[in-house]
Amino acid sequence: MSGRAMRWDETLLPPLMALAIAAVVGDLLILAFGASPGHVFGLLFEGTWGNAYGFGQTLYKTTTLVCTGLAVAIPLRAGLFNIGAESQIAAGGFAAALAGLALPAGVPWPIAAVLCLLAAAIGGGLVAAVPGALRAKFGASEVIVTIMLNFIVLAFLNWVVAAKLHVPESLHTPEIATGGVPRFADFISIFHGSAANVTLFVALALAAKMWWYLFRTKQGYELRAVGLQPEAAENGGVSLGRTWFQAMLIGGAIAGAGGINYVLGYKHYYEEGFATGSGYIGIAVALVGRNHPVGIVFAALLFATLSQGGLAVNAVVPKQLMDVLQAVVILAVAVCVPEVRRVLRAAGGRAA
Amino acid sequence: MSAIDILAQVLRIAVPYLFAAAGGVLSERAGIVALTLEGYLIAGGFGAAVATYYTNQPWVGLLAAPLLGAAIAGIHALATIRYKADQVVSGVAINLLMAGAGAFFLRLMFDSSANSPRIPALGDGLGSGLAATFGQPLVWMAFLALPATWWLLERTAFGLRTRAVGEHPQAATSLGVSVSKIRVTAVLLSGAVTALGGAYLAFDQHKFTDGMSAGRGFIALAAVIFGRWEAPRALVACLLFAAAETLQIRLQGSPLLPSQFVEMIPYVLTIVALAGFVGKSAPPAALGKAEG
Repeated sequence: MSGRAMRWDETLLPPLMALAIAAVVGDLLILAFGASPGHVFGLLFEGTWGNAYGFGQTLYKTTTLVCTGLAVAIPLRAGLFNIGAESQIAAGGFAAALAGLALPAGVPWPIAAVLCLLAAAIGGGLVAAVPGALRAKFGASEVIVTIMLNFIVLAFLNWVVAAKLHVPESLHTPEIATGGVPRFADFISIFHGSAANVTLFVALALAAKMWWYLFRTKQGYELRAVGLQPEAAENGGVSLGRTWFQAMLIGGAIAGAGGINYVLGYKHYYEEGFATGSGYIGIAVALVGRNHPVGIVFAALLFATLSQGGLAVNAVVPKQLMDVLQAVVILAVAVCVPEVRRVLRAAGGRAA
Repeated sequence: MSAIDILAQVLRIAVPYLFAAAGGVLSERAGIVALTLEGYLIAGGFGAAVATYYTNQPWVGLLAAPLLGAAIAGIHALATIRYKADQVVSGVAINLLMAGAGAFFLRLMFDSSANSPRIPALGDGLGSGLAATFGQPLVWMAFLALPATWWLLERTAFGLRTRAVGEHPQAATSLGVSVSKIRVTAVLLSGAVTALGGAYLAFDQHKFTDGMSAGRGFIALAAVIFGRWEAPRALVACLLFAAAETLQIRLQGSPLLPSQFVEMIPYVLTIVALAGFVGKSAPPAALGKAEG
């Protein structure tokens, strides 16, 4: 972007092209299964946006994905790949559950919820601090360190839950005493049974806050500068190491905060695997949302729709079709971004 | 349980790691990030099981696995080399793609998204202990994979070019080496070799199961990094990690040491190696960078 205004065609074309490619691949796979694409996409729509329960579930999944999407996007703006949102959200959910268990039952829920949210952010932030620090101090690849940490953290949490906090015949902690937040169904009865809860507003507030941070603060400006032109930023007096560490810390804290969607908003305990896959889909969300908080909210809604829609179509075509389509979207965006830039710039060069 | 049985267990556990680590070394030394190993393992297991099931000939499965592995690697090569897509992003996508596609095509072909029908084994070993283990062709092939990779990289013209495009692509170009051709070849080979590890899993369990790769591709990647991107060291790392896993299996439910902590060993060692606490582990200079 080199100081010029954002190019809308360069920003929006790749995700739109990727969606078109995914739609075609989806049609072909549905046809291969002997089903009608129109029928399947109809079911998908009906099961997500067509009724209050499905829409509530979609919003619930959107909440998680806004957080993991931001958790990937903020470090990516600084030039770092956070593949660790998977374990950061688990650590956050676990920390929230520990805080909820530690607080006495008499604490009013709004105060308890805020304390649990802080605990979740600290839990996720701690996990992300490791790759941030190792990258800043030793130049260790954050891609590898975050992947390795996913396995380490999940094994560690598995041990704590199994050996220390285990509820017999389950893989979860005891229910928290306080800190549970209201579900939408508590106010609007047609949402009955769906997991959507007020955590959605926390996720949207985080997205707004991150927009402000990235585009309206000096630190955010420096963070983007480090991602675009590290040498130039360093020459301009920005510390690369400090910026990288900060970006990972923010990303991890947001992923961790996403853990409360399940722990405070839905089940009121930490359970192993409660957010499995959301860290990887977060990468897709960040890519399709072009690392922009507004784009991320819409991309999260899209991927949540696909994920919930998979359940709605499972009777006709396997729900794993949606996993395949999510992968196709990621691959297509990754291919289209450099290609669209090349084609547009070549065309612009000729016109000028 | 004799010491021989324990050794045989370590060697069997090491098989998929050895194939995948060979694939990882080949791809990364050419400068292409090998986050895709997990996906190639799934491709290999699926290809071996489906081809064996339809022909009832295990050796057809043995051929189909590397072909499907190379085909999936071809997608990674096309995206990252031809279209210069980000290698990490493409790698993540390939893994998600294969995880979903495995279950999708299982249900399409066999009306079950959990596993394929039973397939015959490939060369069931005779006798017991080590003889039975090495009676399986894929076991001894696995132990040749990394030495063969070393020979290919260090003793052949192709290997010299591969190392050149992984370290100094511009210099290689100026010497008339086609960076793209070498990288595509290395990535296709990587997919084919790694897929043999998936084929071993399928033959060993007499079926393809959804999720059967179970993170083994990432352990192999850890072995590549812990082995500093050198085939002989990666071989040692694979055996070390397989020994740790054997220990973990044997410790399950034991009060001595929680098995989860043993499970962490490969990942912790890799992070320690990357951070340079025990000698710096430096990747190929051009790893992850698109050419030009």
